[in-house]
Amino acid sequence: MRDVAALLQRQSFVELPARARCQHLLDDAGQRELLGPFERLTSPWLPKQNIVTQSDDGVVIMRGTLGDTKVVVAAVEPAFQGGSMGEVGGAKIAGALTCALADVKAGDPVVPILLLETGGVRLQEANCGLAAIAEIHDMIVALREHGPVIGVITGPVGCFGGMSIAAGLCSALLVTREARLGLNGPQVIEQEAGVDEFDSRDRPMIWSLLGGEQRVATGLAEDLVDDDVAAIRDLLAERVTAAPKTLARTTDIARFEALLETVDPAEQATAETTRAMFDQTTGAA
Amino acid sequence: MSDANISYGAAWLAALTDHAEPLADYPASVRVVDAALAGRAARYIAVVPDAHARFPRARAGEVGLAEGWALARALHDAVAADEDAADKRVIVAVVDVPSQAYGRTEEAYGIHQALAAAAEGAIRARRAGHPVVTLIAGKAMSGGFLAHGYQANRLVALSGEGVQVHAMGKQAAARITQRSVEGVEQLAREITPMAYDIDSYERLGLLHARLDIAPTAADDAEAVERVHQALADAVADIGDTRGLDARIGQGERTATAAVRQRLAEAWAG
Amino acid sequence: MQTLSLDYPAGTPAARRALAGVVGSGDLEVLLEPGESGRTTVAIATSVDGVDDIWKAVIDRIFSEDGLPALKVEINDFGATPAVVRLRIAQAMEQTNPEASHA
Repeated sequence: MRDVAALLQRQSFVELPARARCQHLLDDAGQRELLGPFERLTSPWLPKQNIVTQSDDGVVIMRGTLGDTKVVVAAVEPAFQGGSMGEVGGAKIAGALTCALADVKAGDPVVPILLLETGGVRLQEANCGLAAIAEIHDMIVALREHGPVIGVITGPVGCFGGMSIAAGLCSALLVTREARLGLNGPQVIEQEAGVDEFDSRDRPMIWSLLGGEQRVATGLAEDLVDDDVAAIRDLLAERVTAAPKTLARTTDIARFEALLETVDPAEQATAETTRAMFDQTTGAA
Repeated sequence: MSDANISYGAAWLAALTDHAEPLADYPASVRVVDAALAGRAARYIAVVPDAHARFPRARAGEVGLAEGWALARALHDAVAADEDAADKRVIVAVVDVPSQAYGRTEEAYGIHQALAAAAEGAIRARRAGHPVVTLIAGKAMSGGFLAHGYQANRLVALSGEGVQVHAMGKQAAARITQRSVEGVEQLAREITPMAYDIDSYERLGLLHARLDIAPTAADDAEAVERVHQALADAVADIGDTRGLDARIGQGERTATAAVRQRLAEAWAG
Repeated sequence: MQTLSLDYPAGTPAARRALAGVVGSGDLEVLLEPGESGRTTVAIATSVDGVDDIWKAVIDRIFSEDGLPALKVEINDFGATPAVVRLRIAQAMEQTNPEASHA
């Protein structure tokens, strides 16, 4: 009965739009959105392609606090253009991280939280999106010298393309079971490598390999969390206070290279072979 | 290496390093050569096709799992080796990457993490004070470019057919955006960031220099000399800077400039 | 994409601005701001071509009502049904009410 009560009290994070996600994660007092919808910084490229713009270009930047920690949340709106990164949205995230870095260096710490519900580069703005994503990568690594940079992936859009690399650079990655994390979207792999290599309609296969549970089990994400606003908020409140440390996921190169030597590349990976591979040295790492 | 496997990346890497032997201990698809650039120590790195690469989806010059981690190692090792040196070696990324590797095994074993490690290697090198310069000698595509080349302080490109920058190949882009390939090509002619050619890319203000040299000219000594000079000029232009500021908000990326400026104003409140 | 502009007589300017919805499949974004006294303007951008008459009918019904505050309305639509259009506009209007709680 208590479980039922808990379930009924639960508020889904995934069902909230990006702005509401930011509002729910931050402390109520002192929330402030930067370059909000009424500033109308919209995509200059979509109207030229007869595509309707969104007033915030699908990215919300909000400053505030989480407990005693100053944070800035950058949230991608997955419903707008598949959560894709265009020039404006990309510049909002890269710019916010640049401002955060300046504050951090001036002795005023602020922890970035990135809500990465994104298909990656917006193809209608291809090279502008790609360039912005490179700038985001740079800032995440620079900020990590000083403190945590936290990525969150919760929903069915998942986190793909250049933004999956951004996720791989975050010092802590929080994911739900519904989340997926991968470099290439399933449709793209099917297009490039064929349906035998990757069937983009085979949902069980996709989630078994790219899903949040698998990514945590194999050490490519840190925390598995329920789709619950309070649970995500509580976990984030802990993670934002972490001290800076070397990120094994990007710097323990010898381990990853050794693990890859142990597999037969001719054999298609499964969830089981993947876990077996990563399990080999998890004790030693 | 058979002729069929010659890539612009391999050809220019060899030409720029006077055909020096690549370092051992790297997969054949990642060539790492320590050689000089204008009298200064430099590490040249290229991802090249290898018909016998362990992972079958990364045999045509794509950046795959093995390549990502090897790139990361080449960069981390350079940073470690020069940790106490006042004069950090230059890093030259010679880029002809058709894409990242597309495959089930790649995704399962975390290709995004391998590419993240490679990008971080370049970022750390740059932020540690190594001048990092990229020569776009052929295709600089998508995740492959993010992992190999895009983190340079300065981007230098060759010109003409075969030199391309984009986020996705035309076929896949057509399918994902629900257009025909002709439709994608038409838009690429009208919308600068949608274009594949290097002239359009230059208009986005992201290049430090574009040389009027074809990618096929790697055996032309004069062309090689001009590329060397351009890379040396880029290093001189970098000076003591360690960021990407020189290319942010230039050219037709006017929205980038506007957003960043207004964000900086709004940040403090 | 198609654009459409409409305007209506109205009262005094609305008290505050408000936003509802996102430009996602079957949804729309509505931005309301205080308008010029006596006049409400509605600017619509929609991904669906050739449905001007439906838009005009839906928007007419909402903004022809007497006693409404003056608004500058911007709608960015991605194929919402009339019911969803009415819902989002109502949600946004509710927020412009000075008594409404405001997040």
